[in-house]
This record gives sequence, structure tokens and C-alpha cells, in this order.
Amino acid sequence: MRRLPLILLAAAILVFLLRPALFVPLLAPLGPPGAPVIYDRASLAALTLSHLALVAAAMVPATLVAVTLGILVQRPAGAAFLPLSRALAGFGQTFPPVAVLALTVPVLGFGMGPTVLALFLYALLPVFENTLTALSTLPPPVIEAARGMGLTPRQRLWRVELPLALPLILEGVRTATVISLSTATIGSVVAARGLGEVIVAGLTSQNTAFIAQGGILVAALAILISGLFTRLAAALRG
Amino acid sequence: MRRPDRLGLVCAVPLIAGLLLPFAGLRPNRIAAPDALHLPDIFGWPAAALVGLVAVAAVLGGRGRAVRAGAALTLWLALMGLGATRLSAEASALARVSPGAGFWLGGLALALLLTDALARWRPTAVMRLGLLAAAVILLGLILTLWGDTSLLKEYANRRTIFWTEARRHMALAGGSFVAAVAVGVPLGILAQRGARLRGPLLGALTAVQTVPSIALFGLLILPLGWVAATLPGAAALGISGIGMAPAFTALFLYALLPMVVNTVAGLDAVPPAVTEAARGMGLTPAGRLARIDLPLALPVILTGARIVLVQNIGLATVGALIGAGGFGSFVFQGLGQTAADLILLGALPTVALAFAAQVVFDALIELMSKGRP
Repeated sequence: MRRLPLILLAAAILVFLLRPALFVPLLAPLGPPGAPVIYDRASLAALTLSHLALVAAAMVPATLVAVTLGILVQRPAGAAFLPLSRALAGFGQTFPPVAVLALTVPVLGFGMGPTVLALFLYALLPVFENTLTALSTLPPPVIEAARGMGLTPRQRLWRVELPLALPLILEGVRTATVISLSTATIGSVVAARGLGEVIVAGLTSQNTAFIAQGGILVAALAILISGLFTRLAAALRG
Repeated sequence: MRRPDRLGLVCAVPLIAGLLLPFAGLRPNRIAAPDALHLPDIFGWPAAALVGLVAVAAVLGGRGRAVRAGAALTLWLALMGLGATRLSAEASALARVSPGAGFWLGGLALALLLTDALARWRPTAVMRLGLLAAAVILLGLILTLWGDTSLLKEYANRRTIFWTEARRHMALAGGSFVAAVAVGVPLGILAQRGARLRGPLLGALTAVQTVPSIALFGLLILPLGWVAATLPGAAALGISGIGMAPAFTALFLYALLPMVVNTVAGLDAVPPAVTEAARGMGLTPAGRLARIDLPLALPVILTGARIVLVQNIGLATVGALIGAGGFGSFVFQGLGQTAADLILLGALPTVALAFAAQVVFDALIELMSKGRP
């Protein structure tokens, strides 16, 4: 995504969060007559921050764990786990996000905990898979050259392999973040604070204006964050 | 004596924890706190020691681990059913026996060992289909032993509704899948031929994918309600603001992107030399598409179809939030009542269905692309 649309999108999100009253004429036709147009049980800005915090709390550890695991199974010490991890990465994709969330609730109870755990588990796969692909498809001449220069395996990893693999790893983090942003809304069903609260309130009170503002806000955040990741990857490629 | 390999050692940790932690929980009624019961409490020490030995055999490395791990996992699952019957015989009719942390951890360890052994074996497509069929039959047999577990008691209380919801779930996921393939492939062909359509179409479909599923389901309530109210005959066709229609439409919209993207990618990957040769042979554009381009692009298009079907089976659960039914209705009811067994009753069939769809589709794609360059 180019820079200007991203800045405009960010500005639109900020204006909506700080001055939601400006958007009342746009949303009013969607809601039932007489009902509030803008979600009023909590501030939209606070819910957005809480939503982003949920996603960050899952994504940061998931990225660290998945990249570490991806590197480990590529080393001689972890080679024994390569077939299993490939199989798990393949089958893990079939696991529906709602099921992950629903299955963590009996273990962790209601609230933020199960949502963060479910998002964490679900984010592991895309990042792990991309790390694996990135590290196993590096051009052999580059690795040979690094070996020829006398770099130790550790130096090779940090100076050659990881920098080359970074764009693809970032792409995995981007995919996982977009999925997490959307899945976090379902967390509201198990009492996690986030923008899902607005959507669920809209569903239960049949107020489409609520559903629209919650849904569009999450979609706008996802497009914005995804665009930022793409720009970051482009900047790294130089 | 064969020594366990690295993977065996790592899997031994959850397996030992599984043997030591409570195997089952016995609750006086459906939602009370459970009494933790360990393997020896249920079956006595000699039988528990035997189970431990079988588990050790699964951890050992070397040949035949797939069979050992598979046998151990089957035994482990069967034990849960047998244990539940044994415990229920002494307890009141309201008592519930549910799997404990030990059962889940041990089962996970054995499933990992089995998955690893199968992944190393690299079965062919036909063998994978055979394995899936065998697993389904074996699971059916094991479930006949599970009659006294809390999960199957929830099922027994809802037998009719369960199968109604199962049919709705499959109709929802399968119907929107068929619709997405029928619309997505032609759209993909048009987008690949026409550069002007490509950018905006893919952009719009990507934007749709970023809207969270519960919001998209909800947003369609209004337009479909309007359609039902204004278009004569629409309501008679079963279109209404809540229920199947918005859920179907939402799943269809989510499914379009992978279908279009994969059709475009598959057609893009047809080598120009092949297209040239077909043109040289005097094939018309339509003939080229039908006889050369589409067959060559088929594996990639089918991969898109697989992604869509698996994704739809999972997402259809969310439809329950707007009254579309399906397995999701058990999940959300269970979440509402904090009844773990009810959540499982909805979540496990969904996961199993998605998994089976993935295996079957993967095998079909492999069989179809066999013998191609």
C-alpha cells in the first residue's frame, strides 16, 4: 500500500475514535429509530486500545516462540522434530479459531486469558511456517559463501540467514496479526474487552449501527497494520 | 534394547505427566466441581502399570512406532470409556465422568508420536484415504464404549438436535463452498484476462476478509432483511434477515478471495509456450481455456477450493450467533452455561470435519495431478 492512503486511513480511524459524534449522520440510518448510534457503554478509544493490547500480548510471544522453533528444527539438534512440526503446521491450519477459543475456556475460565492463549496458539502457525520456508529456501551459493568466509554456524544464522529470511518471516507475522485482529472480536463472547464488545452488543440489541462501527473499525485497523507491515518489509528489502 | 530417540524423550514428558495427573473427573452433577481420579484409583495398580508399559513402548524409537503409538492411543481412548462405565456403576444417575488433565496430556503425547511416525512414513494419497477410513471406523468403535462419559451423555440428551445441527452445519459450509467455487472460478478467469478488473476485484475481496466474521454475519442481517421484505418471493425461498441467509452470504463472501486468487495464480502459471502451441494448433480462445489452460491450472484451483472448504467448516460455527444453527450453537450455549462438555460437543465434530475435509481434498489433489509434468 502506498503511503498516502495509509496516512488517510490512520487519520480517519483517529478522528472516529476521538470525535465519534461526527459520524452520527453516516451511521444513524443503520440503527433502529431512537436507539443510540454510537456505542456508549465504554469509550471506543479505550476498547480499541484494549483490542490492540490483546493482539499484541498474543503476537509478541507467538512471534518469538515460532521463530525460535522454526530455527531450532532447521539445526542439526532439532532435525528429529522437522517431520512432526511440518505435519502439525499443515494440520493446525484446519483448526477453526472459534474452536481454539472455545477449548481454552474450560481450561482458563473467562476473560482475557483464554483469548490471549487462543490468539497465541493460532498465531504460531503462520509465523512458524514462514520461518521454516524462508530458512529452507535460502540460495545455497549464499550459504556456501558464508561458510567459505569462515563464519561459525551462529554467525551465519545472525548475519546471513536471518536477515535474508526476515521479509518472509514478517509476512507470516502480518498474516497472523490480521487473523488475530479479527479473531479477537470473538473473544468478547468470553468476556475479553475489545471491539468485539461493540459488535456483540449490536447483535443482541439488533442495532446494526453498533455492528457496523465495530466491524469497520476492526477492518480498518487490520488494513492499516497490514499496510504498515508491507511497508516495513519493503523498507528492509531496500 | 532400543533407546528412545529425541522425539520420544520430548513426548515422554507430557506422557509421564499424563500418567501421573488425574485421568478422569467425577462430578456429582452436570456443573459441579469434579473429584480428581487417577488411573490406579479407577482400574487398580496392576492395570495402571500395564498401561504405563504400553505407553513406554510407544515412546521407544525404531521401526514400527506408528503401530505401537496407534495401538497405545486406541487403548488410551478406550480406557476413558471403560473407566467411565466403571465409575458410573458406583455413582448416582446424575453423576458425570469427564476426561481429566491427565487424559488430555497423555492423549496429546500419543497423538504427537503417531503423527510423527505417519509423517516419516509418507503414505501415498490412497493410503492416506485408507488411514482416514480406518480412523473413522476405529473412532466409531471406541465411541460405543464412551456411553457413560459426560460428553456422550450431553449427546444422548440432544441426539435429534445434534444431527439436525450437523446437517445444517454441512449445508451451510458445503452450500457456500459450492457457490463460491461456481462464482469464484469464472471471476478468477475474467480477472486473469482483464487487467482492469484484477486490481479492484482483489482489493475489494481482501477488504472483505479483514472484516471480523461476527461483524460480517451481523452486517448482512439488514440488507437481507430488506431483500426479504421487498422482493416478492424472496421470503418464500427462505431468505430472511437472521438465520441461514446472512450466514450463507457471509461464508460465500469470505470464500471468494481464495477461489479468485488461486484461479488467477493457476492460470498465470500456465507456460506461455503451451499457450502458443495451442494457438498454433488452431484452438479457439474458448477451446484453449477449456482444454489447455483450465486443466493445467486445476491443481492450484483445487488447492484454493480445499482452503475454502476447511475455512468454511470452521467459520460456520460463528453462524450460530445469528441464529443459523450448526455445531456453533452447542459451542455458544456451552460458553453461556460454562458447560465444558457442551462446548466439546460442538467443537470436536467441527474440528474432525475440517480435518477429514483437508485429508480427503489433499489426497484428491494429489491423485488428480499425478502423471502430469
